[in-house]
Amino acid sequence: MSNVFIAFQKNEESRAIVNAILADNPDAIVNEQPAMVKIDVPHRLVVRKSTIEAEIGRDFDLQEMHVHLITMSGNVDETDDEFTLAWHQ
Amino acid sequence: MQIDLRTVSITPLRQTYNHVAERLGADKPASRYIEGTMDVQATHNFHYRPTWDPEHELFDPRRTRLVMKDWYALKDPRQLYYGTYTQARARMQEVAEADFEFVESRGLAERFDDEARRTALDFYVPLRHVAWGANMNGAFQCAYGYGTAITQPCLYAGMDQLGIAQYLTRLGLLLGNQGDLEAGKQAWMQAPAWQGLRRVVEDTWVLKDWFELFVAQNVALDGILFGLAYREVDAVLSERAGPTVSMLTRFQAEWFQDVTKWVDAVVKTAAAESAENKELLGQWYARWRGRVREALAPVAELALGADGAAALERAVAAVDARMHKAGLAV
Repeated sequence: MSNVFIAFQKNEESRAIVNAILADNPDAIVNEQPAMVKIDVPHRLVVRKSTIEAEIGRDFDLQEMHVHLITMSGNVDETDDEFTLAWHQ
Repeated sequence: MQIDLRTVSITPLRQTYNHVAERLGADKPASRYIEGTMDVQATHNFHYRPTWDPEHELFDPRRTRLVMKDWYALKDPRQLYYGTYTQARARMQEVAEADFEFVESRGLAERFDDEARRTALDFYVPLRHVAWGANMNGAFQCAYGYGTAITQPCLYAGMDQLGIAQYLTRLGLLLGNQGDLEAGKQAWMQAPAWQGLRRVVEDTWVLKDWFELFVAQNVALDGILFGLAYREVDAVLSERAGPTVSMLTRFQAEWFQDVTKWVDAVVKTAAAESAENKELLGQWYARWRGRVREALAPVAELALGADGAAALERAVAAVDARMHKAGLAV
């Protein structure tokens, strides 16, 4: 099974998002590049609103994430509370 | 001529300041809140003790009986530093201004029910003096407190209270006129219903222990008063005469929700530090909870009549529940 990945621009807000993703996905592999950070996870990657809120210290709308998003791969499943990337067979 | 383009990755020699890296346990990027807060206050080389308080250093953790091994443990879960604080408040203010604008442009204040107007003016306008007292107390906590993590949000809360006093003034001017502000001050200075609360506010001004003041002001007085004023009284006025007053007190209601997160986190961390702290906080809370409750009884009756006592009990119970959750023996 291959990886799913997501990449963000590097800035103050996306750092909190990346930290939240690392907390929620123990198998995540971070790839820090100049001005970009890419996160690979085998099979499935989940981004949780509640974890980001704890990290960033305010209410967070998951849609705000898209401002910092560069690219991603995987099938997207999106609710108000979670954003999930996975390969649907 | 041939030009080769290639990407050069320049890795910074360090990700953050040494003192921040020590706290994080590794040299990794820290949030601006952490970088702008941790170990910011001076701790050494004060040279002279202040002439106005030779018992203590200029910044001295012994100005409160509460003991913390690390005062920077009292972090703000909202992560407010100057930049984020001003941005957050600017957003809240924009919304509140739009509400005032709406009430003015639609003439909602003129068409407001006269009996409800009287209640709103009699109850909310004198509260601007309470808010001003809270402003003084926030500044005191910041001035005599220890560690930027706690002194910083204390001052923010104090400044917010000044804003709240101004919003209450504008509510008075919109629903009434200059005379109602003066009448509010007269009531604050002389009307028997307000004297208990005025005494509590004035007694908090002379507290020397800044953390006891934090409990008295930010936990007990704000907790119970805001629950009463911006939940209970607000709901009754809204039911009786529509949501005009709710719109004019929106800032206070939203601010209370916001500041509750911080106050609860501070109490929780301080209580978890040691059994002595927990007991001390419990004593302070019990003392000021009792005084505020007693002082607010006639004020609640002024606004809600016979229902005032039950509304006040609900407001007190809400703060009790918060403190119980934060680890105090309530």
